[in-house]
Amino acid sequence: MDKRTTAAAVVRELRDGMTIGIGGWGSRRKPMALIREILRSPLKDLTLVSYGGPDVGLLCAAGKVRRVVFGFVSLDSIPLEPHFRKARETGQVEALELDEGMLQWGLYAAALRLPFLPTRAGLGSDVMKLYPGLRTVASPYADGEELVAMPALELDVALVHLDRADARGNAQFLGPDLYFDDLFCMAARRRFLSCERIVATQDFLKAGSVHTLRISRMFVDGVVEAPGGAHPTECPPDYARDEVFQREYAASAKSPEAWQAFHLRYLALPDEASYQAAVRAK
Amino acid sequence: MSDKQDATRAELCAVALAECFRGDTEILASAIGVLPTLGARLAKLTFAPEILITDGLHYVLENVPPLGAANGFEPVIEAWLPYRSVFDWLWAGRRHVVMGATQIDRFGNQNIACIGDPKQPRAQLLGMRGAPGNTIHHPTSYWIPNHGPKSFVPKVDVVSGIGYDRAAALGPKASRFHEIRRVVSNLGVFDFRTHDHAMRLVSVHPGVSVAEVVEKTGFALVIEEPVAETRSPTQGELRLLRERLDPTGIAARELLG
Repeated sequence: MDKRTTAAAVVRELRDGMTIGIGGWGSRRKPMALIREILRSPLKDLTLVSYGGPDVGLLCAAGKVRRVVFGFVSLDSIPLEPHFRKARETGQVEALELDEGMLQWGLYAAALRLPFLPTRAGLGSDVMKLYPGLRTVASPYADGEELVAMPALELDVALVHLDRADARGNAQFLGPDLYFDDLFCMAARRRFLSCERIVATQDFLKAGSVHTLRISRMFVDGVVEAPGGAHPTECPPDYARDEVFQREYAASAKSPEAWQAFHLRYLALPDEASYQAAVRAK
Repeated sequence: MSDKQDATRAELCAVALAECFRGDTEILASAIGVLPTLGARLAKLTFAPEILITDGLHYVLENVPPLGAANGFEPVIEAWLPYRSVFDWLWAGRRHVVMGATQIDRFGNQNIACIGDPKQPRAQLLGMRGAPGNTIHHPTSYWIPNHGPKSFVPKVDVVSGIGYDRAAALGPKASRFHEIRRVVSNLGVFDFRTHDHAMRLVSVHPGVSVAEVVEKTGFALVIEEPVAETRSPTQGELRLLRERLDPTGIAARELLG
């Protein structure tokens, strides 16, 4: 089945209030072309589940977000995400603060269709207090140990960006870490993958070993070819983080005027091609 | 010239941070931040040669890199360390991390999540990151470069990493892997080896008085007189720090004094 589609068609499938899982990590291999397409849409009240970076910050700045489920939100080279900070400090978005490992466990539980997975992570911390309804579970065996029952984080939609994919949705990561992109896809009802390049299936192994083939077409509903689609986040080996642009993005949180100028220059554009042209013209 | 006059405060702190890893063997020595990284690398080159160190990203390195641009350094990768493996290894307990803390309290509870009411914080910080999972699973130490009443507080606004009172409340079974080994600040070294695991002043850095530490700490420290002075780097350690680990002086810029 040919699953090639466009970012605009992907976003037409999204609805207000959906829970959207976003792959990548911090300012690394984020599906930014798909995020930018959401910015061009009237979507609102989204719940984001993310190892957050500028994906979370941009969507917050654009007023698309009601709630964020996260272990951190960071731009890596800029430790605190300024747009996310602002949204939190003005009370614009709700937060569900999780331990990074709990977030993985919640995705894994959803991926495996389990109601929860047990873990020690979270015990004794304020995650227990801040997460409404979070429960513990006693081991049914002789040890009787009490553990956190991390509930499945079921996603309406997963958005991920990989280095290569074929037209049917098999995908390949060529950088040093898959992060949790496979779990995001498995945890979601609808899964959309952007990639640097769509290649023939038989060409995957020209670029990397079999170990890089970690996303199966069973868990992908749409494939969007989006070269530069992770910009400004890194997408190794294809490109590094655009630190200059990232600083400009971070500075746009300083005032409504600065955000307006940034928005006009890079975001109030008809499509991804015009965004990439604006970045090149910078 | 004595070592004491020779070493900067940053170098002294790097050695105090290296000391956090003394006695560690084959565990992942994770270090968040410049000086903890320097400390872990110094420990591996000197008294803790078996520890595993990383490039700060995705690989465990067999050899020890310098900070910053590694002119001519060829990393030898001994293991791949994607985040999934980090979580596996830390839940398996084979790790000792040195994290930062925006706030820390008397029993070692740490906050890196937010300041104020978490519903609408006055300051949103990093988030919980891995702190809850780290502290319940394996030894944790802290590096706090700005010792003062706003960082050493009576009560943290949010508990990210759990301290000894929280661990005790969980009972001996759930807390059996919990250990806050040390806290190193720009003023001194602290641990929790007291009858109720309240924070104790282990040593003050040269030039710092016990009175200054007390004044800048927002809770009552356990103080057992006489308080020692933090040991100065040896000439060998200074040579490693300056020539091998930080030839461009990145650490010095991290901490003034």
